[in-house]
Amino acid sequence: MDYFPLNWGKPRATGDEHNWLATPGMAGAHARRADMSPTCYAPAGPTSHTSSPIVTGTSVVALKYKDGIMMATDCLASYGSLARFRDVERMVPVGNSTVVGASGDISDFQYIQHQLKDLEIDEYETPDGHHLGPENVFGYLHRVMYARRSKMDFLWNTLVVGGLQDGKKYLGCVDMRGVTYSASTIATGYGAYIAQPLLRKAVEGREDTLPEEEARKLLNKVMQVLFYRDARSLNKIQVTTVNASGVHISEPYSLPTEWGFAENIRGYGAAQN
Amino acid sequence: MFAQQAPAMSAGPAGTASSHAIQHRVSPYEDNGGTSVAIAGEDYAIIAADTRQSEGYLINSRYAPKAFQLSESSVVSCCGFYGDATALVTYLKQQMEIYQFNHDKPMPTPALAQLLSITLYRKRFFPYYVHNILAGLDAEGKGCIYNYDPVGSFERYKYQASGSGVALIQPFLDNMVGFKNTSLQDNPPFLPLDKALQLVKDAFTSATERDIYTGDQVEIFIITRDGVRKETYDLKKD
Repeated sequence: MDYFPLNWGKPRATGDEHNWLATPGMAGAHARRADMSPTCYAPAGPTSHTSSPIVTGTSVVALKYKDGIMMATDCLASYGSLARFRDVERMVPVGNSTVVGASGDISDFQYIQHQLKDLEIDEYETPDGHHLGPENVFGYLHRVMYARRSKMDFLWNTLVVGGLQDGKKYLGCVDMRGVTYSASTIATGYGAYIAQPLLRKAVEGREDTLPEEEARKLLNKVMQVLFYRDARSLNKIQVTTVNASGVHISEPYSLPTEWGFAENIRGYGAAQN
Repeated sequence: MFAQQAPAMSAGPAGTASSHAIQHRVSPYEDNGGTSVAIAGEDYAIIAADTRQSEGYLINSRYAPKAFQLSESSVVSCCGFYGDATALVTYLKQQMEIYQFNHDKPMPTPALAQLLSITLYRKRFFPYYVHNILAGLDAEGKGCIYNYDPVGSFERYKYQASGSGVALIQPFLDNMVGFKNTSLQDNPPFLPLDKALQLVKDAFTSATERDIYTGDQVEIFIITRDGVRKETYDLKKD
């Protein structure tokens, strides 16, 4: 029997089942590969890397408005096409002026949450008068994501970091390869295709004047559109507001949707016309 | 160059040819697009880069700078994979700080040129997927431009373009800055700063028309013995 759990389900070339000396993880693991491709690309031993995400969250959307930033996510963690966990919180506060939202693999995000907790503890225990702001948290997450990517062991997430740093609004995004950017509107996943044009039209140039109510209405509308069009989304969402009074993550609430138009379409709806 | 390289990951014994399904790994690289142009003159160096960051057909950001000022006399531009660009620049800045402490003077551009080369080659077997151009002033105060490949091969030039618009701009520079294929090519005249600046702006507006990854804004750094000056111009956003 093959005692290497990581070989189970990996059928090998016939005639080689008994050649245990050549199994990955044994002495031959670092030998030159037949196609001369860099050995650095493949793990040698029985270590296993995230090669594809399993339980995933969809888009994160965020924008800058008059008093700070707002971010929204839905409460769904999908297991492929199954809408598995419907009460997941994909945004977490860090300190009292930053929020981090995640799309992608939820287990990797839970690991990141743990790391952020450690960061908050270190910050609390170091009485240097400094407090972690969004730019600091973003810089930390950037280095974590890039370092994991450079080990070919990705954290399969796209993270959005937002908040107020010394009174200045900040919004940044870092993806699983360590690519970073900062903008006044951010949307990940399907949001980048569907939500970003709506956000940019409404927000660009008005970051300092956009009132909170209008920003909230915009985010609700954008999440509604995403629910209509993204097949891995949910209409139960949370909206976070970060302003001078701190980080406020709302309770989950449902968005109303309108499916009545289906009645008028031949082939859909109850009326057979 | 590295875009589609997915090494065959066979579960068979190392060293033998795979005869079954190949697992495709996720690429650690991404092409974030963007273009850069640099011109070296008698007593100045100009280096410019657009600020658009793309991912396939998406625009991630209209303002993600690709040219970074490293000192009072050196500016580097990094086109390609933005994750590697930011990591590389962070490293260079740290090394320049150490140089200042060790030598009690800022790191001069030719020394930085060598440092960048060895930094890139050190990752020869998992490269920084970036095309760099370094601009500054040499020991005599003359403008200097160094162009790099992703693994550190470098050479000093009088003008160079890099990034997604390189094929559109380099020939233009050959003709307008190098005077190639003109009657002046054997004795190219001195190019003053204001003319060079205009050429750089024209290069970007032209590249923006035809290259989807170039646009939004261009940041132009002008390096002279009085320091570094930055000018910003809007480009078409489509």
